[in-house]
Amino acid sequence: MARNPVTWLGSPTFPKAAKEALNDTQLRQNLRKATGTIRGRRAAAVAEMTDWEMLRVAGEQIKDDVLARLDTLLVQLEESVTARGGVVHWARDAEEANRIVLDLCRAEQATEVVKVKSMATAEIGLNEALEAGGVQAIETDLAELIVQLGEDRPSHILVPAIHRNRSEIREIFQRRMGVEVSDEPADLAEAARVYLRQKFLTTKVAISGANFAVADTGSIVVLESEGNGRMCLTLPDTLITVMGIEKLVPSWQDLEVFLQLLPRSSTAERMNPYTSVWTGVTPGDGPQNFHLVLIDNGRTATLTDSVGRQALRCIRCSACLNVCPVYERTGGQSYGSVYPGPIGAILTPQLMGDLHDPLAASLPYASSLCGACFEVCPVRIDIPSVLTHLRAEVVEAKGRTAESVAMSAAAWIFREASRYEKAQKAGSLARFLAKDGKITSLPWPGSKWTSSRDVPAPPSESFRAWWRKNRCQE
Amino acid sequence: MRVKVALFATCLTDTFFPETARAVVRLLERLDCTVEFPLDQTCCGQMHFNTGYRELSKPLARKYTDVFGSYDYVVAPSGSCAGMVREIHPTLGESPPRTFELAEFLVDVLGVTDVGAWFPHRVTYHPTCHSLRMLGVGDKPLALLRAVKALDLVELPDSTQCCGFGGTFAVKNAETSTAMLADKMRCVLDTGAEVLCAGDNSCLMHIGGGLSRLRTGVRPVHLAEILASTEEDPWRATP
Repeated sequence: MARNPVTWLGSPTFPKAAKEALNDTQLRQNLRKATGTIRGRRAAAVAEMTDWEMLRVAGEQIKDDVLARLDTLLVQLEESVTARGGVVHWARDAEEANRIVLDLCRAEQATEVVKVKSMATAEIGLNEALEAGGVQAIETDLAELIVQLGEDRPSHILVPAIHRNRSEIREIFQRRMGVEVSDEPADLAEAARVYLRQKFLTTKVAISGANFAVADTGSIVVLESEGNGRMCLTLPDTLITVMGIEKLVPSWQDLEVFLQLLPRSSTAERMNPYTSVWTGVTPGDGPQNFHLVLIDNGRTATLTDSVGRQALRCIRCSACLNVCPVYERTGGQSYGSVYPGPIGAILTPQLMGDLHDPLAASLPYASSLCGACFEVCPVRIDIPSVLTHLRAEVVEAKGRTAESVAMSAAAWIFREASRYEKAQKAGSLARFLAKDGKITSLPWPGSKWTSSRDVPAPPSESFRAWWRKNRCQE
Repeated sequence: MRVKVALFATCLTDTFFPETARAVVRLLERLDCTVEFPLDQTCCGQMHFNTGYRELSKPLARKYTDVFGSYDYVVAPSGSCAGMVREIHPTLGESPPRTFELAEFLVDVLGVTDVGAWFPHRVTYHPTCHSLRMLGVGDKPLALLRAVKALDLVELPDSTQCCGFGGTFAVKNAETSTAMLADKMRCVLDTGAEVLCAGDNSCLMHIGGGLSRLRTGVRPVHLAEILASTEEDPWRATP
């Protein structure tokens, strides 16, 4: 079986990548500023809603219902789309999906395609697969374009170039577009606009993802901010939409919940500027060929895990990234996947389905379990619980390690108060390592702690020893 | 009627910070509680569970139920351990006794915010993640601190951000943890406080370990010790 491209080939484990990223002062500065701003805005946008918690519960319940009935709802979607003149394709994995899309492009004799920002196509490595097949994919979302022109990797679900500041973007544009441009946001946007306009008008095939697909009507929904999506979705002759099978909602009315939850959670807007909805093909209006490629790529396997499956509720808002103290410091590329941050830490290993992989096994540990992600998730994914659940699977996959032996020993000691007390007394001898009431250096793995923090000297008398002496009659 | 309370000291406080547990005893007895300390207690199993050793944490959760099951109220000077018992033990097949973090117990069960404390120092408060998000302790600790006589309470900037401890996270991702710690320390130092207060010795050990390494002169002090301090018997820094 081919490698799942949800992780980037050759990426180191999270701690190694993070260690490097933490040294990048520009990255740290860019992220602190960007996440801090969006955090504040999201909080304000959500605070306006008196029924926010009810909306979150509704979002959770609709998505759970979808996941429980995914088999029948998908067939219903296929029927609805087909009835309205669309063609539905099913892809087991990235390789199958990429081949379907490449074949469709070739059938249209396209050598260039325009793209709406899409996580699904990034997950399957579609751009690279198309390029290998002789088709050039042009990203039209501004941030995605910055990443593409910079021959970079994305670092955020919604704002893939969040790790770049405007002077870096100016440099990329000048180098790749061959234009003189200032670092004023309006000038940078204008440069991208001029560059892209020609592509919109001449390209015959567009590729998009989907935020939602409505099973009973067959309608596909894309939310965006820049209008590039609207161009791609209306101008070309052929539209190919690549969508994860979990992006369904049962009925049109269910959208009312998500169209409130998503913009406020992702861009902190009451309503996003562009919401495009299309249903199959409309003669004489918009693309006359519509293909919907449904991808599994690890989703069915994820669905079989009763705890882990809640990750499939995700609507890709990225609120969890913006509040995550780990993400804010390491940036998204440290996660080695198109899905960074807290959601990436639970989604990537599951889609990959191989916890023997060192990167996948390191991701569930890329969190202090502070819970800020769960607090903001619009579909109430209990990310900390899924993290500890996946950690248990990692421990099982790794088998006997130095850590597991130490943990077993500690658990054995804790199971009996008498053993615990003996260990406590023995451990308190460490106070003789202390100077001025503190220990500044310990051997490995304690050195990982003392590299930046002192340890208080253990007291000569534990609390229980004091209690025994002062409060026990016997 | 005196309220009977079992103290769950937590393994960390029992071993490293006995003065915190003694302060809880002193405080609760001052508030007319009868405090018992079942000597069979050890650890709630949080480190094991959070690191992925779910199976090893199960007997520890069982032990907790066995040791404390007969009590109406169990009080722990830790939001994190109380959160482990309340939120996680039930997922391990246990029906744990009612377990409270100290501030919750004082405000919700005893119904007090002014505990008659006196603490003449400039203090800033870090609301630890599990107190805040797992237990929903909210501003109860702040209400308690505001009622302490002579205490100068200064707000901690970005207070709700994690300090970077996260149990074994501090070791497994030591560099990221340190980056989070650095920002937390910056916020603490910005307040000009001489004392950093929190309801969890684990987070205090982490932030305090950094503050000590840099010789900042800021001392971590558990909420219980501040609340136990009175004019007649004031808190004294342990050497």
